[in-house]
Order: sequence, then C-alpha cells, then structure tokens
Amino acid sequence: MSLRQHLTAPLIGNNPITLQILGICSALAVTTTLSTALTMSVALTVVLCLSGGVISLMRHHIPPSIRLIIQITIVASIVIVIDQFMQAFMFEMSKKLSIFVGLIVTNCLVLGRAEAFAMRNPVLPSVLDGLGNGLGYSLVLLIVGALREFLGTGSLMGVPLVTTVAEGGWFQPLGLMQLAPSAFFILGVLVWLVRVMRPEQVERPEFRLQAPEDGRS
Amino acid sequence: MIELLIKSVFQENLALSFFLGMCTFLAVSKRVDTALGLGLAVIVVQAITVPLNYLIFNMLLLEGAWAWAGLPDVDLTFLKLVSFIGVIAAMVQILEMILDRFAPRLYRALGIFLPLITVNCAILGGSLFMVERQYDFAESVTYGIGSGFGWALAIVIFAAIREKLKYSDMPKGVEGLASAFIVTGLMSLGFSAFSLVTP
Repeated sequence: MSLRQHLTAPLIGNNPITLQILGICSALAVTTTLSTALTMSVALTVVLCLSGGVISLMRHHIPPSIRLIIQITIVASIVIVIDQFMQAFMFEMSKKLSIFVGLIVTNCLVLGRAEAFAMRNPVLPSVLDGLGNGLGYSLVLLIVGALREFLGTGSLMGVPLVTTVAEGGWFQPLGLMQLAPSAFFILGVLVWLVRVMRPEQVERPEFRLQAPEDGRS
Repeated sequence: MIELLIKSVFQENLALSFFLGMCTFLAVSKRVDTALGLGLAVIVVQAITVPLNYLIFNMLLLEGAWAWAGLPDVDLTFLKLVSFIGVIAAMVQILEMILDRFAPRLYRALGIFLPLITVNCAILGGSLFMVERQYDFAESVTYGIGSGFGWALAIVIFAAIREKLKYSDMPKGVEGLASAFIVTGLMSLGFSAFSLVTP
C-alpha cells in the first residue's frame, strides 16, 4: 500500500464505522448537533494520529504480553491532555460532550488501529493511517450530525436555515431526530447506501433461504 | 433509591439511550446464550467497579483528599481516566483468576467475555457518570447494579430478535449490519416509552 492509500482507503472503502464497526458508541451519542459532532471528530482524529505515532515509535520496546495495558495507558494520557485542553478553552462544549471525550479511551477504533496497524508499521504510515481513519470517522459523524440537527431543529451549527412553524414558517421540526433512536436509523440507512454502492462489503449470510423443493414446507 | 434503580435500568439504559458499549453490543449478539454470558459478566463487573471507583475517586483523587498527609492543595482529579481504566482492567483480571480458581464452570462460560469487558465503554461510562452526577456511595452501588442489568437486558433482547431476523428475507445490503442498527433503533424507541413510568 502506498502512503496515499493509507489516507484514502478508510474514507469509504474501508470506513471504520460502516465496515469495520469500530467506534460506534461515540459516533451515535454526540451527533445531536453538527458542532458537537465536529468537535468530537477533531478530538478523535488528533488522538488517533498521536497514539498511532507514539505506539509505533515504541513498538520494538513493548513486551507482547502487556501490550494492551501499555496501549491503553498511552491513549488515556493523550485523552487526558485533550480533555483538560477542552475544559480550559472550550468549557461550554466540554459540558455538552459530557463524558464522551473521556470515553475516547475505550473507543475501540483507537485501540483497534493501534493493535492492527501501529504495532507493526513505521511511524509515518501509522500517523497517516490514524489520520485516514479519523477522517473516515469524521465523515460519517458529520453526515449524521448535519442530518439530525437540520431535520430536528431546522438549523445548522446553530444558525437557522429555514423558518420553523413556531416562528411562522413552513418547516415542521422532527422532534424524533433529537432523540436516541434516530441516530440508529440514520446510521442503518447510511450503511445500507454504502453497501448498495459497494456490494462487496455485504457480509455473507450464514445460510440462504431456499424455496421448498417438493412444494411442501 | 428504587427510583434510581428503575431509571438506570430503563429510562437511562446505557446501551439504548447513551449508546455505550455499542461495539460489543453489535458484535456479540448473534446468539442468545453468548449474549446472556456477556450480560452476566457486565452486571458483575459493573456492580463491583462503580462503587470501587467511587471510593478511589473520593479518597485518593478529589481535591483535599490528601489533607491528612499534609497536602491539602493536591487535586488529582485529572488522573481519573487513567485510574478508572486501571481499576477496571485490574478488576477484570482478578475476577478472572478468582472464577478460574473457585468456579471453573462459570469461568468456562464467561471466560472469553471477561477480557472484552475491559474495553467496553459501558463500564468506564458508568464510572464517569457516577462522578459527573455526584452519586454518594449507596447510590453508586445501586447505579452500578442497575446500569449493568439494563445493559444485559438490552443485549439479551437484541440477540433474541437477531436470532429470528436471520430467517427473514431482506433486500441485499440491509441484511447484517444495517438491519442490526434499525432493530436497535426500534428497541431504543420502545425503551424511551419507559420515561413515562415514574414510581
């Protein structure tokens, strides 16, 4: 794989959320508005790049038997820095994201990439792989966040785009979009769309339904 | 107290309204019996780690916790992430050893799920919620048991639905992951109806 492929492959072809099923928890929880989704995407991308780089630098010195603990400790240290940074400079946003910045520690995407890629590759590809996966994650988050905020409140990034019925316009906000279930629905439909475009991503079913051969079932 | 228990099981279900532990939720829900095993393991670990993390947070990390040692200004709250995840990892390891020694049958049933729990964000999320909502000790015990039970309930129901779903004839592309998301969405819709229930 060339260096550029590390960056572009995870965007759609090998997207961390829709294909690898990693990092879904945070993807759903922070997408009620576009601004929280954007903040979370930036935070996660930074963590992915840094942890990929650091773990890759240390990969020859980490004993295999305790590698998970070491990886988690490295990730946790980076997340603490980001958490403190957000509390210092963007306090409102860190209140809105509540525990989800801290939960980047157990985000399976970070640990999954560290284990699958950074432990075996040099520093530059690992950082690029982190960046690519971070961008793929951000792409999904931004789509879901934009849909949920627009359909739920009629605005984007807090700026009203259409006038709602309450203010004398025509747009009826869909309250469901601000609740938890809509995130699952949107992500489900998104996965479906990706798989219609890329049929090779469809999982092989455990068995096929067959018409009964002799007419009796 | 009962209110908190019911709230943590139904209205504020960790999996369905906070999306915690989703990766394991989707990955280990193809069969009911494995889902049940994982659910039990989550209840046990959650019920132990939330109160334990409460003690550690309040006795070691909180501002002024070191006053008895002549260090009244030390504020270690920024260490909470590292110490919580350490406690969880250690707890899972100890539990694994205890089960292996004293309950080998249970160990064989839960064995492979225990390591998975370390990276289950529902466990860490439970501890972080406990800090954020400032529960006291009794409340954190209740919350630990309730939230673990709620998560287990959700994954067992989901696995049961998924076992039936295997036989359904769906359009290509929907089967598998996409249908799993949509089913979880419907379950989450169902659970949100519990917010009308007030004891």
